[in-house]
Amino acid sequence: MLGMGLRPCKGADGCVCSVVNEVNTEPKSRKQMPKTSYSKPEVGSTGKTGSWRVFDPVIDYDECSRCRTCWMFCPEACIDLDEDDTPHIDLDYCKGCGICAEECPKKCISMVRKGSKKEEQD
Amino acid sequence: MHLDGTQGIQEGGTGLKTELMSANYAAAHATVSARVEVVAAYPITPATTVPEEVALLSEEGIYKGEFIRVESEHSAMFACIGASSTGARAFTATSSQGLLLMHEALHWASAARLPIVLANVNRSVSPSWNIHVTHDDSYSQRDTGWIQFYISSVDEYYHTIIQAFKLAEDERVLMPVMVNADGFVLSHTVSPFDYLEPEEVDRFLPPYKPPHWVMDPDNPVAHGNIVFPEYYQEFRYAMHEGSLNAYKVYAEVERDYKRLFGKYFGGPIDCYKCEDADVLFVSLGTIGAEAKDAIDQLRDEGYKVGNARLRMFRPFPVVRARELAKKAKAFACFDRGLSYGFGGPAAGDLRSSLYATKYRPMIKSYIGGFGGRDVTITDIKEVILDTYKSLESGNLGPEETWHDLME
Amino acid sequence: MVTAKEMPQREYVLKGNASCAGCQDMVALRHALKALEGDVIQVVPACCTSVVQSLWPKECLDVPVLNTAFMAAAATASGVKAALKVKGRDSTQVMVWAGDGGTFDIGIQALSGAFERRTDILYVCYNNQVYSNTGTQRSGATPLYAQTSTTWHGKTEPEKLFDLIVAAHEPVYQATANAAYPRDLYDKFRKARDIRGPKFIHIFVPCPQAWNYPVEKGVEIGKLAVETGYWILWERVGDKFELSPTSKRYQDPAKRKPIEEFLEMQGRFSRLFKPTRDEKRLAEFRVFVQHRWDVTLKTLA
Repeated sequence: MLGMGLRPCKGADGCVCSVVNEVNTEPKSRKQMPKTSYSKPEVGSTGKTGSWRVFDPVIDYDECSRCRTCWMFCPEACIDLDEDDTPHIDLDYCKGCGICAEECPKKCISMVRKGSKKEEQD
Repeated sequence: MHLDGTQGIQEGGTGLKTELMSANYAAAHATVSARVEVVAAYPITPATTVPEEVALLSEEGIYKGEFIRVESEHSAMFACIGASSTGARAFTATSSQGLLLMHEALHWASAARLPIVLANVNRSVSPSWNIHVTHDDSYSQRDTGWIQFYISSVDEYYHTIIQAFKLAEDERVLMPVMVNADGFVLSHTVSPFDYLEPEEVDRFLPPYKPPHWVMDPDNPVAHGNIVFPEYYQEFRYAMHEGSLNAYKVYAEVERDYKRLFGKYFGGPIDCYKCEDADVLFVSLGTIGAEAKDAIDQLRDEGYKVGNARLRMFRPFPVVRARELAKKAKAFACFDRGLSYGFGGPAAGDLRSSLYATKYRPMIKSYIGGFGGRDVTITDIKEVILDTYKSLESGNLGPEETWHDLME
Repeated sequence: MVTAKEMPQREYVLKGNASCAGCQDMVALRHALKALEGDVIQVVPACCTSVVQSLWPKECLDVPVLNTAFMAAAATASGVKAALKVKGRDSTQVMVWAGDGGTFDIGIQALSGAFERRTDILYVCYNNQVYSNTGTQRSGATPLYAQTSTTWHGKTEPEKLFDLIVAAHEPVYQATANAAYPRDLYDKFRKARDIRGPKFIHIFVPCPQAWNYPVEKGVEIGKLAVETGYWILWERVGDKFELSPTSKRYQDPAKRKPIEEFLEMQGRFSRLFKPTRDEKRLAEFRVFVQHRWDVTLKTLA
């Protein structure tokens, strides 16, 4: 069968998602395939979806009030929170929808076009 | 024979209690014997009395599983799929339109490798309404991957259903099983049969443990999300493998069943007086039981004929068919259903089984018994003698003959 | 109402899945599963959620998920529940997560049957008002004059008042929710979690693909739906009806934002504004909004 190990995700501290496959290989022969098509939960099941993005979210941490709004509305669940609720956007997976920037009450998230001058400055 | 039981008289049989009831009621009682955990069924004549009896047994605490009084046959099979996916032994019963309505679900159950057992009571498909036996309903499900049995007695129905769970749940198989019984001719015919208490069946059938995946919050998996072209074909191959494996696994199942309970119904092809026969009569269901009398009568008249009652239809018992074809000179193959636009399914499958071999017995296909039209011993003798005539003249004549068709 | 600070952090919807950027279905599902603490078997008929799970052998939901055929969700869930009962694991929630197609149209029979049998399941319809997964064709939930790929000039019938159909089955719990109000949604799932019997939650979920709006406006559009009075947030425990706090003020038509604010943002309603404003149709739309209020309050309150 697929050789799978269960171990905590390599995400931010405090994240308690329990099931991630480190060794979930794509089978190369029928012997490596199970008889039936069941799948296991995994972060990045469609790959590094951050590659879809055209605009990067950039948080101004001086203005950020740690209110959790961006975290609450993120459709991708790719914002991790520190102990003090400081948000960190996982750019490996963020698809750049811009909802966090739109909903932030302090308007302290900007969507910066990839490869733009502003990005170079940061 | 009393309902409170007399010991079964089969040799080697233990724990058998003779009961008297219709095939449908016996099927319902099989759910108790086999410790079925979830039954989801919808009424349709002539299968109706199966869920009726399960309902009664459930409300009286004899059937200890859950009984879902679903609102359609499509929902019945999907409820079984949901239950089986969650690790429960599941069962349903239907006929004709109901079986057709759950066609999508039949494909689903076999592709999900769920060992569900379905008691199908063969009935004509409509329009127009005809509630009597034709095999079109189950014939037209041949390609779904479901293992198919056709049985010819109340006793055989009851025991084959129990065997079906063992067969389906075997890890080498893991394919659902359909056990077909002729509508009214068998479903509503009251006959003695030998009943087994669940404690007896426990010696044969352990609790169902899904070997690969199950819906369990302690071990979350998703079943059925997208499989791309890279892998889909391999899963379908595995299904085919599972279904083909049923042939040899069923031999083990029957061997164990005979050893434990002294019951044996003839293997994938129940042969009667076949060893030295020139002409073999092939059929499914109750016609195959009637045929034994026709064989005896013809033997008395000097014809070397035998009865090859096809019990297992999918997987098609190719190995056994080839063994019979080695010696028999001709097959009179009677189909009580049709693949419209081509011909009788059993005849067609038999011919295909032999093509890759050097055996070339004469195979004549007969179509008849539709819509509950009786196929009597006289009819069967006529059919066999018709084949005999062709065999003797060396002239095949028509490949397909409709028996008793109005001019 | 639960505060953002109180909401648990554990995620059951894992990032890096196949959903579109800005998918509001995922927002709703994230908070639903948090409220249920993952002790759930999720039954998913054919819909967007089937596809966002990604490709075998990987998937993105950290709960057991049983994908099933389009019309079969509630029937499959009935079977799952029966099995759990037999196994003595009856406390695990069985949750159907179905789109509007699999609920209003092809799935209605199974839902009706399951509810009539008083099956202890939580049926969730996330409603993006279209058959989104197959490419945005109209459904019974598509609103009047909305453009879809099978109603290019706008649908000529209003959406089904599905909540009335469900209410006729007298579920033990019934509510409407909205992905733009996750705290309200979370609370409703928490409440549903503790009630036994047939439960129904109907979630309004904007879809950037089907509705044709700038993807970052997903939450704003969800909020406008409520602020214009178009979508009513309410809850019914048994036959005790209660308007949710957010919707209470919009019972008064004078307090509602003009419906144009909601419609103008969406490309699917562009024919109501271009090449000219269709005042007649806008008026009909306003009538529908009030009609839904009237019927809802009269029948359910």
